[in-house]
Amino acid sequence: MLVENEAGALSRIAGLFSARGYNIESLTVAPTNDPSLSRMTLVTSGNDDVVEQIKKQLDKLIDVVKLLDLSTGQHIEREMMLIKLKAPSPMREELKRLVDIFRAKIIDVTEVSYVVELTGSSKKLDAFIQAVPNGLITEVVRSGPTGIARGAAGLTPDA
Amino acid sequence: MDNSLTPPLQLSGADIVIQTLIDAGVDYVFGYPGGAVLHIYDALFKKADQIKHILVRHEQGAVHAADGYARATGRCGVCLVTSGPGATNAVTGIATAYMDSIPLVVLTGQVPLPVIGSDAFQEVDTVGITRPCVKHNFLVRKREDLAPIIAKAFHIAQTGRPGPVVVDIPKDMTDPTQLIPYYYPREVQLRAYQPPQHGDLEQIRKAVSLLLTAQRPVIYTGGGVIADNAAAELTELTRLLGYPLTSTLMGLGGYPMTDKQFVGMLGMHGTYEANMAMHETDCLIAIGARFDDRVTGKIEHFCPQAKIIHIDIDPASISKTVRVDIPIVGPVGSVLRELLRLLRTSPQRPNAEALTTWWQRIEEWRQVNCMRYDRNSDKIKPQFAIETLYQLTKGDLYLTSDVGQHQMFAAQFYPFDQPRRWINSGGLGTMGFGLPAAVGVQLAHPDSRVVCVSGEASILMCIQELATCKQYKLPIKILLLNNGYMGMVRQWQEFFYESRYAHTYVEALPDFVALANSFGHVGMRVDQPDQLAKTLQDAFALTDRLVLIDVVVDPTENVYPMVAAGKGQHEMHLPPTLSERELA
Repeated sequence: MLVENEAGALSRIAGLFSARGYNIESLTVAPTNDPSLSRMTLVTSGNDDVVEQIKKQLDKLIDVVKLLDLSTGQHIEREMMLIKLKAPSPMREELKRLVDIFRAKIIDVTEVSYVVELTGSSKKLDAFIQAVPNGLITEVVRSGPTGIARGAAGLTPDA
Repeated sequence: MDNSLTPPLQLSGADIVIQTLIDAGVDYVFGYPGGAVLHIYDALFKKADQIKHILVRHEQGAVHAADGYARATGRCGVCLVTSGPGATNAVTGIATAYMDSIPLVVLTGQVPLPVIGSDAFQEVDTVGITRPCVKHNFLVRKREDLAPIIAKAFHIAQTGRPGPVVVDIPKDMTDPTQLIPYYYPREVQLRAYQPPQHGDLEQIRKAVSLLLTAQRPVIYTGGGVIADNAAAELTELTRLLGYPLTSTLMGLGGYPMTDKQFVGMLGMHGTYEANMAMHETDCLIAIGARFDDRVTGKIEHFCPQAKIIHIDIDPASISKTVRVDIPIVGPVGSVLRELLRLLRTSPQRPNAEALTTWWQRIEEWRQVNCMRYDRNSDKIKPQFAIETLYQLTKGDLYLTSDVGQHQMFAAQFYPFDQPRRWINSGGLGTMGFGLPAAVGVQLAHPDSRVVCVSGEASILMCIQELATCKQYKLPIKILLLNNGYMGMVRQWQEFFYESRYAHTYVEALPDFVALANSFGHVGMRVDQPDQLAKTLQDAFALTDRLVLIDVVVDPTENVYPMVAAGKGQHEMHLPPTLSERELA
C-alpha cells in the first residue's frame, strides 16, 4: 500500500483490522522517495471473501492512496532477521558453517555469542531458525516481510 | 483559490472557522460552548447575522439535531462542541450518523497543540476516539490548514457514501491575535478519494437482461435511494417494470408506501408478504441497501433461489454479507437513469404471465393480514395511535422516532409517500435520537408539522432538549407511546427469556404532563381510545407550541411479525389469532 505520510494513517489501518476482526500477521512501514507517501506491506490471511473485503475496506480509507494485492501476481518478498546466538567455543565452527550455507552474515561477535543478519523469504528465515542447534538462540528480531511486484511497472499514486 | 484582485482578508483562526462555514453555505450550527472553543464562539458572536447557532443542552443533542437537519434536507449538518467531555458526549451522535451514512461536519475543540498528550484539563484523544465511527477525521496542526481542512471535511461528508467527518481544532489554532490571509478553497484536492460517478454500463446491461427474464422478481430498496435523492427514478423504474417493491427501515418513503406495488417493509419486523416474497424470489435487485442482519436474518436462508443484482456507491458493501451476482458500483440515481434508458430501448418486456402468477401468490400472502391487532381493545393500542396520527395528517408531516417498539409501529403503520419524511436511527438504534432530531428538522422546515414518536424510556435519554425547543420556540408535537416498559426489550424477554422482565419495567416515571409544563410547554394525557383523535387534534391546533401527548398504551402489545435473531426470513412469528370481533 501507498499511504499518506501523515500522523494517524497507521492507526487508521491498524484500527480497521481490530474493529472488523481481521488478522494482521505482519506490518512494515517506512517513507518512500516521495516524502508525502509511506509504503506499507501488510500480511494478512483469510478466505477469498475475507481478503476481498479487507482490500475494499482499506481502499475506502482516505489515507490509502494505492493498494495492490501482491499475492495475485508475480512478486518478490524479503524479510530481514537479526538473530543472537550463544556461541560457545565447541559450537562456533558449526554455527559459522550454518551462516555460510544460508548466505547470512555475522555482524557482532563476543567470546560467547554471535549476532547474525539474514535476509530472504520468510520461509528461509524459518529454516535458519530450525537449523540452529537446540538451546543456542538467545533472541530473534524479524522485520516482517516487505514486497514488490516483478516487472517494469511500479506502484505509484497515478498507476 | 480565489484569484480576485482584492487583497485577501486577514483573519484569525477563529474567524476563519466561522467564515469558512459561512462560505460553505451553512445556515445552522448546533453546538455547546466550552473552554477550547471560546475563541470560535467569540467569532460566531460577531457573525450572528450570517450564521445561526442553536444552543442545545447536551452535545449528543447537538449531533442528533444536525443529523435530523441533514436527513430532512439532504444538506450537511454542522456541529460545534468543546474538547474532552464535549467531544465524548458527541460520540453517540457521530456513531449514529455513521451507521446511517448521514453527512455531518463536527468541529471539536482541542487543548492547545503544545499541551496535547500531557493529560491537560478537558483533553481527550478525539481523533482516536472517533476514528472507528467517522468517514474521516482531521487534527488541525497549522492555522493555514483550517480553511482547506474544513472544506475537505464538507466535501468528504457529502460525496460518495455520505458520513460524518470530525475536525479537531486545538485552541491555539484559533488565537484571535494571530492573523493570516484567508481564502475560501473553491476546489478540494484529495488524490486518494474519488467516489464513482456512474455505474459500469456492461454491468447495467447484464442487470437489465436478468430483470427482464425474471419470473418472481423483487425490488429491495434502502437508505441509498434517499441519500442520493433518487426516489423519482426508483418510482419510475418500479412502475415501468410492475414488480413488487419492499424497503428497509432506512428506505421508507423512497417509493410511495400507499402504492399497491409496495409490499411493506422487510426484515425482522417486515410484513409476511415482503419476507415470503424475498424467500421465493428468483431475481432480487437491491438498490442502495446493504443486506443488514436485521434484513437478512440467517444468511443461509436469505433469498435461497435468487440471482442478485446490487446497486451501491460503496464497493465495500458489495458481497459483504451476501454474495451477489451482478454488482453495480455507482450512485443510485445515475445507475437507475441508465437502467431506465436501457429498459425503454430494449425490445424485450417483463414476462407478463409469470408476473401475474407472482402477484397472485403475493396477494395470498397479503391475505394473512400479518399486522392485525385488536381494534376493539378498551386500551389504546400503539398501532391504533399511529394509525390515528396518519388519519389526521395523511403524510403531511416529518416524523422522527426514537428506538424500540414505537419505532417499529411507526414504520409499519405510517405510510410515507415521500422521501426524507421518516427520520430515525436505523443502524445504531440510538435511544434518545428522536427529540433532538426533531429540533433539527423543525428548524430546517419551520412551517411544516414535525412529530416525534417516542416511548417513555427513549424520551428520557435526551429529555433536556425540551429546553432547546423552548428557547427557539419549536412547535414540535411529541407522541409519547407510554407503556411503562422498555417495550422492545420486554418483548424479547417475553419471547426468549420466559417472561423474566429483568429491568425493563420503568418503575419511577415522571408525570410527563407536568414535566412538559415545567419546561414551558403544553402537556396532555390520553388513555381512552375514543379520546385519542380529539386529543391529537387539540395538540395540532396549538400551532405555535410544543405539545407532549402522553398516550397511555397497552403495555402488553408486541410488534408482529417478527423474525427471531438467527432465524430465516420465512420463519416469522405472526400475531396471535384474534377472534372475529377483534378483527372487525
